[in-house]
Amino acid sequence: MNLTLRIWRQKGPEDKGRMVTYQVEDVSPDMSFLEMLDVLNERLILSGEEPVAFDHDCREGICGMCGLMINGDAHGPQRGTTACQLHMRQFSDGETIDIEPWRARAFPVIKDLVVNRNAFDKIIAAGGYITAPTGSAPEAHSTPVPKADADAAFESAACIGCGACVAACPNGSGMLFTAAKVTQLSLLPQGQPERYTRVIGMVDAHDEAGFGGCTNAGECTVVCPKGIPLNTIGRLNRDYLAATAKNGGKPGS
Amino acid sequence: MAVTGLLLVLFLIAHMLGNLKIFAGAESFNHYAHWLRELGSPLLPAGWYLWLQRGALLAALIAHIWAATVLALRARAARPVRYAHRRKVQGSYAARTMRWGGVIIGLFVIYHILDLTTGHLNPVGDPTRPQANVVADFAPDRWYVTLFYTLAVVALGFHLRHGAFSAFRSLGQQTPKGERRAKNLALVFAVALTAGYLVVPFAVLIGLVR
Repeated sequence: MNLTLRIWRQKGPEDKGRMVTYQVEDVSPDMSFLEMLDVLNERLILSGEEPVAFDHDCREGICGMCGLMINGDAHGPQRGTTACQLHMRQFSDGETIDIEPWRARAFPVIKDLVVNRNAFDKIIAAGGYITAPTGSAPEAHSTPVPKADADAAFESAACIGCGACVAACPNGSGMLFTAAKVTQLSLLPQGQPERYTRVIGMVDAHDEAGFGGCTNAGECTVVCPKGIPLNTIGRLNRDYLAATAKNGGKPGS
Repeated sequence: MAVTGLLLVLFLIAHMLGNLKIFAGAESFNHYAHWLRELGSPLLPAGWYLWLQRGALLAALIAHIWAATVLALRARAARPVRYAHRRKVQGSYAARTMRWGGVIIGLFVIYHILDLTTGHLNPVGDPTRPQANVVADFAPDRWYVTLFYTLAVVALGFHLRHGAFSAFRSLGQQTPKGERRAKNLALVFAVALTAGYLVVPFAVLIGLVR
């Protein structure tokens, strides 16, 4: 396959950045998208040019490091797939592919396609944990959890924090991520003590980080590589309403 | 958004049901309009109820627009650099047209009040004969008025389709099964309201109401 790539190049956080066109020849359809970028980078290094910086780690679709806007699709055209697990057979010979970083004020570009997702860490630090000392894994039967709750919690726990939801959101909102993290803990007995301070703290941290507000547009769940459902945001809303009624909107215990 | 939207929706339902009175005849329709002015008497002086309702609606509308503006400004600030390649809508079309759809509906409401409430833009414009105003408004040779009404009401339908679903979600609808129900309910409601509003101008257009 021969492809034309239009890639966002930006030297650093202060650089203005621009789309640069590259040609890549002899791409195998069995390559992953990131391997295709590796091929381009090898060639750029050989010719003495600066390689394209992009984030990646496990390349197994579970670490949440990779994240590219491919032709306007977060993680590319295949549903339920991270960019590293996307194969070039999803594209056709001679195609032009636009590759951009996630675009959000809360995710400033560090270089080329790499963005700083510290804002997600701040949301987690504001309540995405439990304070009970956990030690080693307890006996599973000691705290019974209804199967439906366990399943829904697990579904939310699948979130890898890649940021695709923010990238796809017309409002630049990180509510699907926040809701997944809130839901995962609020459905389990271990998450109950901080349930209503957690949601306020995390939503406040989300808003403070410069994310937009959720309008239930539903673009996030479509691109989410882990298929986090939109109704998790309803779970967050329910907790938020209960928390504001109970605590008057104050975070902390 | 949800609370103010639901208040406005209550008015929309009442307004649509009131409109349908036109099929009960000119006298019944005119009587309904006069009854609205006398509602609440002798507790309230004539016309007070209507003004109380108008005040409440205006407050809800301003709060609704204010909340929407805050959200729109936050959305704008949240993505300072736009995408060079933006894919088309993948979620819901209705959701993505909320803001401009809302502006269109707002402009329509202003026109609608000047047309059928104050009568300035109406060919008859007689506040004592609302049925005559409606019939004159949607006469076949004023097809462009009917067209504009249709466009505005369809925009309202889209707005309600996402608005109703989103309101349920904001007020804590949280299960996948409930989500399907809320979406279906919002769709049925939006279609019913759109049809209820459009049946009057089209009935006048084809001469069913004269």
